[in-house]
Amino acid sequence: MNTSADSNKVAPEGFNLFLYRTKKKFSGPDPYLTIAGVFLWLFVYWVLCEGLQVWRFTKLPGPVAISKDWFSMTPFQGISIFTQEYYDHIYVSCQRILIAFGIATGLGVPLGLFMGWSRSIRDYIFPIIELLRPIPILAWVPLSILLLPGFEGPVIFLATLASFFVTTLNAMLGVDSIDEEYFRAAGCLGSSRWDIFKNVVVPGALPFIFTGLQISIGVAWFSLVAAEMVSGDLGLGYLIVDAYMNNVTVPMVIAMITLGFIGYFSSACVRALGDRLMAWHVKELAQQGR
Amino acid sequence: MKVKSMAKNTSKAEKKGALSIKNVTKIYDPTGVNVMAVDDCSMEIAGGEVCMIVGPSGCGKTTLLNGIAGFHSITEGSIHLDGELLCGPGKPKADQSAERMVVFQHGALFPWKTLQENVAYGPSVQKALSPAQAMDKAGQMLAEAGLGNFLKKYPGEVSSGMARRAEIVRALINNPKVLLLDEPYRAMDALTKQIMHESLLETYDRTGVTIFFITHDLEEAIFLGDKVHIVTTRPCQLKKTVEVKIPRPRSYETQSSEKFRKLLAEVNDAVHEEAVKAFKAGERELA
Repeated sequence: MNTSADSNKVAPEGFNLFLYRTKKKFSGPDPYLTIAGVFLWLFVYWVLCEGLQVWRFTKLPGPVAISKDWFSMTPFQGISIFTQEYYDHIYVSCQRILIAFGIATGLGVPLGLFMGWSRSIRDYIFPIIELLRPIPILAWVPLSILLLPGFEGPVIFLATLASFFVTTLNAMLGVDSIDEEYFRAAGCLGSSRWDIFKNVVVPGALPFIFTGLQISIGVAWFSLVAAEMVSGDLGLGYLIVDAYMNNVTVPMVIAMITLGFIGYFSSACVRALGDRLMAWHVKELAQQGR
Repeated sequence: MKVKSMAKNTSKAEKKGALSIKNVTKIYDPTGVNVMAVDDCSMEIAGGEVCMIVGPSGCGKTTLLNGIAGFHSITEGSIHLDGELLCGPGKPKADQSAERMVVFQHGALFPWKTLQENVAYGPSVQKALSPAQAMDKAGQMLAEAGLGNFLKKYPGEVSSGMARRAEIVRALINNPKVLLLDEPYRAMDALTKQIMHESLLETYDRTGVTIFFITHDLEEAIFLGDKVHIVTTRPCQLKKTVEVKIPRPRSYETQSSEKFRKLLAEVNDAVHEEAVKAFKAGERELA
């Protein structure tokens, strides 16, 4: 019988599981639709800029012009995958993101957890955070330049600030989301307050924390680039403005696309780390067919 | 003091875990209007007894349980465990303690811990056992409950029946005096329920722990209980106590006996009246 469940077959694990999933994925239409979608968008872009040369789009470099420069040993407009300068910009931006995201997570997660856990900590801090949070990051630029010396200080400060608010708020809401019965059960089982913090508050808030971290790393990139545009000496945001000022549009678009790829990759890393730390959550979702 | 000394004298003869609920009243005022959930409710539960509480929905049964467990305060009256005051005059809220273990309506195994880690949690935070010893004992107890193949599974990966069974093991590993169950089998189908009842009875026969069990299911109440306490609609008061004199060990065949049917009719009579009252009260509130 082909249709009977093979009960004595062992479920694949590790690399075999990865192979099985990849095979299963490519047996459906989804990946092919994705590929077709990317090519469709590239084609529209090409038609607008280079094919038909629609009004105003002539000012932009098309996909052909960009890829020619991007992959050239001797790029016409100065930036390609073979120039050191390109990697300097990427390196500086990534380094800033790591520092900013690290600080925001290191401060935001504990603060949010404590705010969710203790009523009095929340009463002290929450109003101030809610007051500062709506202020747009660009509004902080003058203050940060006045307050912090050099180029690095203000840029990192601005990127940290934006993701700090997101992380803190999500960690706090994560604690709020934990069912009261888990606290009661933990109390019954003889936990001290600290035991409850370690064993209920932290793991219970993790799903929210990681949702927050994914948003927060996106926000960090976005405010970093804004900051680099205003006060920078290097970095992808600086490259975009610098290219625009010097009227070289190809490096400008290359920097934008690069930001897209790095941003995507950084979110994927955060997601992967989250899945690793929350095996229970992933398995629970899998049981529900998600 | 008198009560305490009496308890000491008799504790050797009697089993531990006698609960004495005296004139307990609980008033909530969440919206500025006092709502009386429990009104002058008294009951005596002997050590090692399976006491079933039956009453209409929302009548204040859970409020009573929360008072015993120490999740919230009581307004008046007192609750004693083996002669010791849990809560009462001068002490509105009982301390939470592992001698009174609760099994929750919706299940409260920590979803981020495996079944084994869940069961080991109590003894290891109470420092009764080292973490490694606690894990060993948890594995052993889960295996005894027929969950030996699921030690490393998360609660989200096993059936609700297994999760509930593991939760009872998590309570029993602490050697509680009283097990407080709040409609633990509510969401289960009749077949799973049957298996859960048999496993609970088996556990009870082995441990002799006092059981305080809230339910809506009358057959469940009679099948499991030594006494069935029928309580009124809100505010909760004791209406009638039915003694179930069916010898243990009981099996599912008990449920088709003549005696069982008679008891069921008796309990049903008492409950039906309250259910009608509760239903009408609900209608008035809405209209």
